Amino acid sequence: MGKDVFIFAEVKAGQLRKVAVELLSHGRAVADQFGGQLVAVLVGQGVGAAAAACGQYGADKVLAADSSELATYITEPYAAVVGQIIAENQPGVFLAGNTMLARDLFPRVAERVKAGLVTDCTGMTLEGGNLVFTRPIYAGKALTKVQVESSPVMATIRPNALGVAEVAARQAEVVQVAVTIPAEAKRVAIKEVQRRESKRPELTEAEIIVSGGRGMKGPENYVILEELADVLGAAVGASRAAVDAGWRDHAFQVGQTGKTVSPNLYIACGISGAIQHLAGMGSSKVIAAINKDPEANIFNVADYGIVDDLFKVVPALTQEVKKLVQES
Amino acid sequence: MQIAVCLKQTFDTEAKIKLTGDGQIDSAGVNLIINPYDEFAVEEALRLKEKLGGEVVVVSVGPAQVQESVRQALAMGADRAVLVSDPAVAPSDHSQVAAVLAKVLQSEPFDLILSGWVAIDDNAAQVPARLAEKLNLPQVNMAVKIEIGGGKATVTREAEGATEIVEVPLPAIITAQKGLNEPRYPSLKGIMQAKKKELKLLTAADLGAELGASQVKILQYSLPPARQAGKKIEGEPVDSARELARLLREEAKVI
Ligand SMILES: Cc1cc2nc3c(=O)[nH]c(=O)nc-3n(C[C@H](O)[C@H](O)[C@H](O)COP(=O)(O)OP(=O)(O)OC[C@H]3O[C@@H](n4cnc5c(N)ncnc54)[C@H](O)[C@@H]3O)c2cc1C
Ligand SMILES: Nc1ncnc2c1ncn2[C@@H]1O[C@H](COP(=O)(O)O)[C@@H](O)[C@H]1O
Repeated sequence: MGKDVFIFAEVKAGQLRKVAVELLSHGRAVADQFGGQLVAVLVGQGVGAAAAACGQYGADKVLAADSSELATYITEPYAAVVGQIIAENQPGVFLAGNTMLARDLFPRVAERVKAGLVTDCTGMTLEGGNLVFTRPIYAGKALTKVQVESSPVMATIRPNALGVAEVAARQAEVVQVAVTIPAEAKRVAIKEVQRRESKRPELTEAEIIVSGGRGMKGPENYVILEELADVLGAAVGASRAAVDAGWRDHAFQVGQTGKTVSPNLYIACGISGAIQHLAGMGSSKVIAAINKDPEANIFNVADYGIVDDLFKVVPALTQEVKKLVQES
Repeated sequence: MQIAVCLKQTFDTEAKIKLTGDGQIDSAGVNLIINPYDEFAVEEALRLKEKLGGEVVVVSVGPAQVQESVRQALAMGADRAVLVSDPAVAPSDHSQVAAVLAKVLQSEPFDLILSGWVAIDDNAAQVPARLAEKLNLPQVNMAVKIEIGGGKATVTREAEGATEIVEVPLPAIITAQKGLNEPRYPSLKGIMQAKKKELKLLTAADLGAELGASQVKILQYSLPPARQAGKKIEGEPVDSARELARLLREEAKVI
């Protein structure tokens, strides 16, 4: 069984994603425990700068598969490359962030290399020399601890769940992986990509989320949430009621049939706190709620609650946060 | 078009989760439903059949009570169903579930396999990809629109920060995301007809499925610590907003 700990270090716009940094920093201790190397795996086009940064977060070695054929993510070509890397290197552990990309890629790779995989973990600990993963099931209404019995042990871990551990920087050797993508892996062709331009952080990776529900009354009112989000450097989410009304895109829905998020701060505005909504954000570190109904269920889970009209409170909060930001 | 739909039965989204005395998930008294994403897949299969002709076959792996959900899909309009019930299949082992589904799907030709992108109970999103790999088929996840023509599917799918339009030759596995359609309710006539439709019950052994050792071991189930209701902040909006900002900075230290 391999001892090395491999991290799928996802690159976005030429930079390491934050979750990749989180996993590298925690992978360090696991590699030390197993007496193996910590290896970052980068796949894409133009990943050189990100590859060079991995040593800073504790990697011993970097495997970079850099090719124009990998410029846009498609399941099978990426699975071919990652499958090849596993076959050639026999890692003991292979971790990725629980991003949309890895959630699509890792199950296919796991089946290819006949490995067990646990997805969307919120915790990872070493117990008796084994990695034990914690993952929410039933939309966060229960938790389970799971061990993977195959080699490699594969898992995807939710962004923000582990945070970044302190590690000493190393000099990591960067090795280029020769990419050979079989014709058979090119069955799916991308015809068009419509990018949602946004300066705001990804919903699932954001440290702060400002979210609005039916109480927003209409799509035009989200501008007050966007203003608050921009002073906080936050992402903007929505309840299903707001999405079903057509006010916000489904990509921003939080909840059981939307995104699961674990930010440091979740500010729920005009959201009643239905069980399916709580499922998506109940693991937030701090929850603040603004709702005019004192009986709203969201107040049962909120650390801080304001019972009032959000149209008065939110703009005032934006001004107050602005002041705090300017003072510091 | 021969279309197969993978269907998993799950707990109702409203269900309260309890543990049994020996620390397992307690399913007593829980209302069971079709996994919501699989309902989108069933609906899409029916719409494609209405347009292109053919047959919709529902395929599921799970205990006998899954028949109820399978009948519901038949009542919506699916033509027949196969349910593999076998205690030897570990529901938590997605590779085993995929191995069984693969056997069923290899036993007759299908042009298209539809499924949900994730099951809301175990939140795994593994079975469709493992199935695609076992069957050596291309997969497209999180479809919000599917068009069929010329031996291929044109799929609009949700990607991170983007919507993509991709083309995939058939047969393929396509998984449903919310937004694909609005599932219909079974009509009274549909419910009556469903009782007479074929529902084949099989075991893993009937299919000759090789399960292999389970790759994941569940060590423990637990309930998350209940969140406590926190502070209510009173006062005029300007004052409560100032106090909230102060608490978020000084007490919670999150801004
Ligand atoms: C299978 C299934 C899956 C689901 N998945 C999801 C999911 O993923 N995500 C999700 O969010 N929901 C989901 N739901 C829906 C969920 O049950 C609720 O219907 C939904 O969350 C309600 O959204 P809401 O809180 O915005 O609306 P409401 O419940 O209508 O609440 C609106 C709130 O706004 C408050 N309000 C109104 N005006 C103001 C004002 N001026 N100032 C302050 N407060 C105000 C009201 O007091 C109220 O509490 C799902 C349901 C099902 C059945
Ligand atoms: N036991 C099963 N029987 C039939 N289909 C299943 C089963 N488990 C999972 N699936 C399909 O795979 C999808 C994803 O499930 P999961 O990998 O468990 O999240 C579901 O939406 C179903 O369509």
